[in-house]
Amino acid sequence: MPHSRILPAAAALMLMSGLAACDNKQTAGSNENEVLAQYRANPKFADRIVGDKFSGYVFASPETQTMQDDDFENPGMLAVQDGETEWSTVAGSAGKSCASCHGDAAKSMKGVAVTYPKFEPKRGKLANIEHRINLCRTEQMKAPELKWESKPLLGLTAYVEYQSRGLPISVKVDGAAQPFFEEGKKFYYTRRGQMDIACNQCHEANAGMSIGVENLSQGQSNGYPTYRLKWQSFGSLHRRFEGCNEEVRAQPFPRGSDEYTNLELFVAWRGNGLKSEAPSVRR
Amino acid sequence: MAEDIKPRIRVPQSAKKDEIIEIKTLISHPMESGQRKDSQGKTIPRKIINKMTVAFNGKQVFEAKLEPAISANPYLSFFLKCTQSGSLEFAWTDDDGSTYKATQAITVA
Amino acid sequence: MTESLHLPRRQTGVSRRQAVAALGAAAALMPFAASASPETAKKLLSELAKAEPKAGKVQIKTQEIAENGNTVPVTIAVESPMTEKDYVKAIHVVADRNPQPGVASFLLTPANGKAEVQLRMRMAETQNIIAVAEMNDGTTWTATREVKVTIGGCGG
Repeated sequence: MPHSRILPAAAALMLMSGLAACDNKQTAGSNENEVLAQYRANPKFADRIVGDKFSGYVFASPETQTMQDDDFENPGMLAVQDGETEWSTVAGSAGKSCASCHGDAAKSMKGVAVTYPKFEPKRGKLANIEHRINLCRTEQMKAPELKWESKPLLGLTAYVEYQSRGLPISVKVDGAAQPFFEEGKKFYYTRRGQMDIACNQCHEANAGMSIGVENLSQGQSNGYPTYRLKWQSFGSLHRRFEGCNEEVRAQPFPRGSDEYTNLELFVAWRGNGLKSEAPSVRR
Repeated sequence: MAEDIKPRIRVPQSAKKDEIIEIKTLISHPMESGQRKDSQGKTIPRKIINKMTVAFNGKQVFEAKLEPAISANPYLSFFLKCTQSGSLEFAWTDDDGSTYKATQAITVA
Repeated sequence: MTESLHLPRRQTGVSRRQAVAALGAAAALMPFAASASPETAKKLLSELAKAEPKAGKVQIKTQEIAENGNTVPVTIAVESPMTEKDYVKAIHVVADRNPQPGVASFLLTPANGKAEVQLRMRMAETQNIIAVAEMNDGTTWTATREVKVTIGGCGG
């Protein structure tokens, strides 16, 4: 429905009926169902599957894949373009822009985003790219934080993520990050909402299965932030988490919250090794 | 808002004579349909790109009239037969009267 | 071993009756109701292209089931040599179950060399896309393509 939100209860019914119709085609002795096996056999996806990890790309329609493949057709590149402008825009009382310290993002930011979220001593907890950008603003630029999901923050995040496109996700979950990783893991496996569903039930146990006419993906985050066809706009991973939580009729957490940031680390770790596709196009 | 709207065009810079090339266009725009309501229940006024025109060396070669059924960040592609070198001029018209422009030269050998 | 997703209804906290009621409420709250119909779509087309179109020459390429109704890529191609003598003057696109039937009109010239356009459109529900091509000799050609749109799938 263009520009509309269906009531959560109605969505829940769709989800329930869809799940009830789930046809488990698991093959004996293997953890991979027919759909996933088909994706694996497709040479087009060779770069999108690492071990038992499948990028959201392979679950998309060929039209959506084409839209992502061509940087011109990919509307996510509009956000990268915003970010490129923002990168060298001076803000705050220190009279600095991102470029003042970090110079050419193509060099300084290459390989950075794929290591986030990570433990940030200044926060005493995890920081993702959005948090890191805002830390730079408040600490170095003496500028106010950018609002979560605002155009400049989405743009900068997209621009920083874009510099790591094609590089493998490689987050660390040991050391100071470990307790936060454990929290994220706990979140992932906790049933929640009126539907009483945990993340893993859709994205681990049933990836490749149908829910109504849609196929469930592994819920990998290597394409985020993304241009979503449904949103008709660019958006953050936390916005997507919020959608999933609403879908199971659970109270979502705020974007940028500790809960979602810990979950982001766990989800990124699940996808360690998958190549970053940001900005991707997802349905 | 006008400064927020960015047109993007993709036109090959050169082409062989009589080659038919694909031209792609994308413009950042919410394409507010005029059918949505805000949290107070008030209708959000329609604001869309209602027209895109393309001229080659000053002569119109293509025009698109758009309705609210076109998705946000409108993408349009079409073809052009390259008969001579020249300049392609694109113009998008917004409901609020603004126009956004882009130009690119093509060399035809 | 994987965990199966069998969800007994009693555990979900939503009875079938509640859920159906909610669906009704959702329908009532839809920001717009589909006011286009096959009739209004046809009427609009007859205003856009004067002559009664014949089936043929027009091809609508799109998904059978839209991945998401908010952004459906559609390609319209018309058979034509696109010469000064014989070319497609216009392509009109309508949808017959959207809030309004109009989608887009394209004015072409022989300079295009090939009568093919691509767009991305919103589809409020399962419906037909109808395209009509007007040739320079005044004849008109049409094609219809149904696209299935699911509402309330995985979202957020």
